[in-house]
Amino acid sequence: MNRLAVELPGLSLKNPIMPASGCFGFGKEYGNLYDLSQLGAIMIKATTLETRFGNPTPRVAETAAGMLNAIGLQNPGLERVMAEELTRLQQHDVPIIANVAGSETEDYVQVAEAISKAPNVNALELNISCPNVKCGGIAFGTDPKLAAELTSAVKAVSSVPVYVKLSPNVSDITVIAKAVEAAGADGITMINTLVGMRLDRKTGKPVIANGTGGLSGPAVKPVAIRMVYEVSKAVNIPIIGMGGVTDAGDVIDFLSAGASAVAVGTANFVNPFVCPEIIHALPALLDELGLETITELIGRSHAV
Amino acid sequence: MIVQNRMTICATRQIADNIIEMVLEGSLVKEIASPGQFVHIRVTDTFEPLLRRPISIASFDKEKEQMTLIFRAEGRGTQLLAAKQIGVEVDVLGPLGNGFSADNSAPGETALLIGGGIGVPPLYQLSKELTAKGVHCVHILGFQTATAVFYEDEFAALGETRIVTADGSAGEQGFVTDSLARNPVDFTTYYTCGPTPMLHAVQQTFHDKQGFLSFEQRMGCGIGACFACVCETQTGQDMPYVKVCSDGPVFPAGVVAI
Repeated sequence: MNRLAVELPGLSLKNPIMPASGCFGFGKEYGNLYDLSQLGAIMIKATTLETRFGNPTPRVAETAAGMLNAIGLQNPGLERVMAEELTRLQQHDVPIIANVAGSETEDYVQVAEAISKAPNVNALELNISCPNVKCGGIAFGTDPKLAAELTSAVKAVSSVPVYVKLSPNVSDITVIAKAVEAAGADGITMINTLVGMRLDRKTGKPVIANGTGGLSGPAVKPVAIRMVYEVSKAVNIPIIGMGGVTDAGDVIDFLSAGASAVAVGTANFVNPFVCPEIIHALPALLDELGLETITELIGRSHAV
Repeated sequence: MIVQNRMTICATRQIADNIIEMVLEGSLVKEIASPGQFVHIRVTDTFEPLLRRPISIASFDKEKEQMTLIFRAEGRGTQLLAAKQIGVEVDVLGPLGNGFSADNSAPGETALLIGGGIGVPPLYQLSKELTAKGVHCVHILGFQTATAVFYEDEFAALGETRIVTADGSAGEQGFVTDSLARNPVDFTTYYTCGPTPMLHAVQQTFHDKQGFLSFEQRMGCGIGACFACVCETQTGQDMPYVKVCSDGPVFPAGVVAI
């Protein structure tokens, strides 16, 4: 028996660990460092209909125990992601979650329909929470009505289950979560980054060319844990939790808060081997806690 | 191959204002393919600061498994690294990127090596490799001021070396391009590393020559996955952008839009 296995809509995960979208490219670079088949899944970089160059540089800035980024959804566009990136990923025995982004409903729908037909794409992650693009992105993720409409439009065309990636930049995240659940979402991934800003001491101006950026890293973990806790009580669909995960202990925390699987983002930049290291460390932590399987951890925080 | 290696500091000293020369030992050195590659160093075991620091390799000795890094202790991360003592282990990821190739100069030719400030170090290993194969190297090294100058003797041992300082407190006064305008050098290929305005000036001045430029950019992952360090290209459509960390940091002249 595999103690780490988790079953989610569209995803038979050999373990609940996956690199988060935007922090792993399309897997090529990390695939040169270790065998990607070890991973539970891979959330590939956001794909848009057309090629996007992204934002001007500087695009990243370090902050206390975290970093800001404003990459701006740079990607080669649907056609090349399908032809080159997804084709290359077929050599690995690992489910792919394709992150779908756009400016308006129509391009989300087109990307979702096409990419969901790729043989190794097992689920979509609907990106309605990117804080770094002018059109689309977060606008869909902060309005429950728009979020629901986009979710049903994408659900109608997708050949695979649809997970919706929520933004933490809202006053009540459960409202959006319930809206996308009602619209047919198969699961939720959360949280995207928190909008932040860092100023240059000499000039007083923002360090990042975009002005604001998305905050990630260990600094955001308590916010993410709180939100996963709230959303898991509010909805009945599974959650893939993320935000500041750096080690196996953090994974325990996210599962306890109510997530069913966990994505690792910024930590990949600090330690490119972090995902396999976490996977290898999990069984010993289960032993310490006296648990047989990892699914026993899910939602422990809610037990009366 | 890129490896993650705990390397031991076997020497460290200050060689100019805020400039540290640090020798690290470990098996990673065996993987270094070319001068101008860099390593990505984690300066703490905590998450403060969070990201690694990219530092170029100034020279290396594969037999001893040692490499020399020269960096400016300016920000929080590099200051923490500078404070580390001999015998301490450091988490190093590398070697990263594509460096200079000594194959671009033939024996008997003259190569012009132009460095600015903390862009000077990677040119040292390059000069060693070029001179070893019989290429005649001329070094033009620019610094802000006399107390910032380093490695003058090391470069001088390999070939003609001019020091240029912005305030004239050491060597010639002005920028590297001023020195080259006053006393032109007859050369076949140039190699340069330094601040972007200097790279721009050098590329414009020698637009009819073969040249290779090493770029600097804020980095995240250092391996090409995060898209933090992209630069627009001059070539446009076919290759609209390049990543400094994994496509570079060294590019042929005319590739990166500057």
